[in-house]
Amino acid sequence: MTAVDEIRNIAGAIPDPEMPALTIADLGILRDVRVDASGHVDVDITPTYSGCPALDTIREDVERCVRDQGYTDVTVRIVLSPAWTTEWMSEAGRVKLREYGIAPPRQHGFDLTLLTIAVQCPRCDSSRTHELAHFGSTQCQAVRQCDACGETFPHFKEH
Amino acid sequence: MVAGAAAVYTLRLADDCLVLSHRLAQWSSRAPTLEDDIALTNVALDLLGQARGLYARTAELDGTGRSEDDYAFMRGEREFVNCLLVEQENGDFATTIARQLLCSTFQLAQWQALTTSTDAQVSAVAAKAVKETSYHRDHATDWTLRLGDGNDESHRRMESALAALWPFTAELFESDAVAREADALGVGPDPAALRPEWQAYVRRVLDDATLVVPESTWTPSGGRQGLHTESFGYMLAEMQHLHRSLPGVTW
Repeated sequence: MTAVDEIRNIAGAIPDPEMPALTIADLGILRDVRVDASGHVDVDITPTYSGCPALDTIREDVERCVRDQGYTDVTVRIVLSPAWTTEWMSEAGRVKLREYGIAPPRQHGFDLTLLTIAVQCPRCDSSRTHELAHFGSTQCQAVRQCDACGETFPHFKEH
Repeated sequence: MVAGAAAVYTLRLADDCLVLSHRLAQWSSRAPTLEDDIALTNVALDLLGQARGLYARTAELDGTGRSEDDYAFMRGEREFVNCLLVEQENGDFATTIARQLLCSTFQLAQWQALTTSTDAQVSAVAAKAVKETSYHRDHATDWTLRLGDGNDESHRRMESALAALWPFTAELFESDAVAREADALGVGPDPAALRPEWQAYVRRVLDDATLVVPESTWTPSGGRQGLHTESFGYMLAEMQHLHRSLPGVTW
């Protein structure tokens, strides 16, 4: 395994502080890992939302994990462009979200106006659900309710 | 040429975001419903994140290398260049919703224009903020419709909120040498250009909400020159208290 792959695996496996069921690789927050000839490591991460309070924790976690693996010369950069989108969430991440009780974001091929698929209830899979509130317990979530089983659940908003 | 126009321009954008963020954060644990307590503080958090990105860029442009905290906590009232609308007190829930409708509609149009900024940092912040701010505008629109087209009491409150805040909207679209220079440099739009889009959207929502667009001949201004309304000083005193009392504090 190359150093880049090793670091990518270590950093990518770090859990998201607000949704620990998912890793930062699942969420698409980990963007790039580079190692130069002198052994200096650069890791790029991208915030999901502008004010995401978890970002500082993620940056510290990445730095510590990469150092602990013996790569002591590491810089973690926060890269804003291109802007993070839910399209970057992995299929494994979507499955984990649903198991965790959060309806995953619908895939939209970068065109948010094409969102016509229903949001499914993570408990009973019904497509008959409606939005209760635009905003939820974190910036990336809305609150919905299932018309079939009555479950109230968070929905990871398409972004 | 205006020396440092780009830095003043980004500072105005940043101050608008920070001050509105702080006002909305004052609703924490006080909103009429749990959902809206969460919604208003979520909007506040988005705005705070937007402000941070813009302060970081301003520090590079003005060459001072100041930290985000320096801008937020170590400047006096006269050094803040936010518009007067964002600093207006929360009032009742209708007042906050009216302010949100007027502000988020303006900011969304502005962010959309800023996505093509020649300044890479500004366009990166904007690309993110467009998505966030469209949620802010949706939230304000939904509540404007419910309150305006609700019962007599909610309609009356929405009407008086709009009447109180409307005069402050003129300043949003004021042009000056800094704005024209930023526009010429491609950093961002002259706010005067955003008026038609803002007006069309706000008028349509108010119409649908059975509310009348207020008329006002009083057009207070001065925020961009650091001249603020009375309540802003009290807000800053509270916001900056810790940093003023314990200079250099970290946590």
